[in-house]
Amino acid sequence: MADSRKENTGEGELWEVFIQCETGAPHEHAGSVHAADAEMALQNARDVYARRGTVVSIWVVPTSAIAATSPSDEHPFFDPANDKAYRHPQFYKIPKTVKGF
Amino acid sequence: MPDLINAEEQLKRFEMRIAAGEKIEPKDWMPDRYRQQLIRMISQHAHSEIVGMLPEGNWITRAPTLRRKIGLLAKVQDEAGHGLYLYCAAETLGVDRRGMIEALLEGKAKYSHIFNYPTLTWADIGVIGWFVDGAAIVNQTMLAKCSYGPYSRANLRICKEENFHKRQGYEIVSTLSSGTLKQREMAQDAVNRWWWPSLMMFGPPDASSPNSAELLRWKIKLHSNDELRQHFVDITVPQAAAVSITLPDPKLRFDTSSGHWMFGEIDWSEFYEVIKGNGPCNKERMKARRDADSEGAWVRDAAHAYAEKHVSAGT
Amino acid sequence: MDPSTQKALIDFLLRLGDDRLILGHRLSEWCGHGPVLEEDIALTNIALDLIGQASAFLHLAGEIEGHRRSEDELAYFREATQFRNAQLVEQPNGDFAFTIARQFFFDAYNSLLLGEVQKSPHRQLAGIAAKGLAEATYHFRHSRDWMIRLGDGTDESRRRTQAAVNDLWRFTGELVTFDGTEQQLAENGIIPSLDQLRMHWLDRVSEGIRSATLSLPANGATMVSGSRRGNHSEHLGHLLAEMQIVARSYPDAQW
Repeated sequence: MADSRKENTGEGELWEVFIQCETGAPHEHAGSVHAADAEMALQNARDVYARRGTVVSIWVVPTSAIAATSPSDEHPFFDPANDKAYRHPQFYKIPKTVKGF
Repeated sequence: MPDLINAEEQLKRFEMRIAAGEKIEPKDWMPDRYRQQLIRMISQHAHSEIVGMLPEGNWITRAPTLRRKIGLLAKVQDEAGHGLYLYCAAETLGVDRRGMIEALLEGKAKYSHIFNYPTLTWADIGVIGWFVDGAAIVNQTMLAKCSYGPYSRANLRICKEENFHKRQGYEIVSTLSSGTLKQREMAQDAVNRWWWPSLMMFGPPDASSPNSAELLRWKIKLHSNDELRQHFVDITVPQAAAVSITLPDPKLRFDTSSGHWMFGEIDWSEFYEVIKGNGPCNKERMKARRDADSEGAWVRDAAHAYAEKHVSAGT
Repeated sequence: MDPSTQKALIDFLLRLGDDRLILGHRLSEWCGHGPVLEEDIALTNIALDLIGQASAFLHLAGEIEGHRRSEDELAYFREATQFRNAQLVEQPNGDFAFTIARQFFFDAYNSLLLGEVQKSPHRQLAGIAAKGLAEATYHFRHSRDWMIRLGDGTDESRRRTQAAVNDLWRFTGELVTFDGTEQQLAENGIIPSLDQLRMHWLDRVSEGIRSATLSLPANGATMVSGSRRGNHSEHLGHLLAEMQIVARSYPDAQW
């Protein structure tokens, strides 16, 4: 991610926008906006990303606040997510006579 | 943790990822040339959207019905939004929006030559939606599949929104060409002025395009300029026939063996003149952008000053 | 509805429609020229909302009146003296401070007015007002927030914004002054009484101005009047000449 902490009085700070399209659904990343403060970032996000379709909630986060894994983390950090079977429901056998589990 | 493998090996792995159809994301290793090419392309694309607001914006206050007024406003607003998505995509590569905008205003950055032509009648608005957005859709549909994640996603979002732009333009032309005699003449005149410049939007034949080979290898481009241009001509010719519009090219003819519409020679000297700054509206477009930026400086300063006074970082 | 109340309703609808059409048109002039990209998009959103509201009000006016003029005929083929917008909205945009101050005064009024009109037993009128109210509430949030940032930003932004408030003040009286048209509609139960609106408007505006560290001109300033009866400033004629030119040049055409 670009370093948005540097002097940027021209365009304001960079914010990442997350949008929830219906209650109960997760917030999803929609893109970014520039704004000098959080309230304006929310309004800008609404104007830029919520013109089409329903939106019930918006989160904005300064881009600089986001901590992310880096590509060299990938293998040790995420692997082997799918081969530890004890985390999957199918690993466990329930007697067939028990209903509605 | 620093990567200990050498640069040659990194480049090899990078190109294997591209060949396998993987997306490159902002924090991935990439050759400096890849980064620079993308910064150039994405910022040019963003500048084009912003400058592109001006020729159509020229007719907002004169749109002849409330429905057309609303439709045109929404379209130009979308273009601002597209510019915004694209600047954000470029920023993932380590440049900031202020720097890109200043490069444009100082005349150091390029934008699509097409926006240096004037909109002289209401019919131009219809023809721009049909031809210019139509050509942009062909290009952006390809870019939505490019190798760089943020640029690919920005183009996907743009493509979804752009479809209404082309339909709106074509509907305007269709209405004019089935209207009064003066309206039909207005539409045909606009087509005569915008057809050839629209074909130039795809860029010169790839042989004369210095960047093409590299862009194709790294899947920043997936088709040649000529392929995209041919596709655009092929889809547009029947659309023109359907609204009784004549495309201003006496050499246009269907070639049954290839299944394509053959067309006449493009005058590339006009294209190079416009790119150089000698098009009909280059100076007016740049003045409009410089004025907006300089008149807006105190506003941006005020927003920043208020934030400094009242908002503590991270709250 | 008796003919005279119907006439008052048509007049009221033209006032509502014309205010939003002319203000939306002024805002649309910013498209491509805003101080920052996000604000270009924001102002255009407000313009679109206002023109949409205008279209609905004018359409209803045309339906109710005998001649059945469409919203386009009303927008594009009336003379300046037939328009019923307040003079506030036809003022040229000036700088961003002027535009925001003009918007602030209008949005404070618009959200209060539509809040009342949505209570009308006239189903169509209430429907348009209710939809417009949601938009107007958001517009007021936006313009109030900008007034505060400009008033309490830099010395320059404060100077410009205070000057805008001072220059625009004389146009605000017309917005919150109601005459026989609104009175007749209230007496006949078409809309609630708007007697309290000016006071609520002044409360809202004063609060926003205070938060912006600005001040309002002294009480007793002379207010312009007459535009609700067609007596406009010279600006409206030029605005309409531009807005109407294509439609009027091809009077029988479809677009």
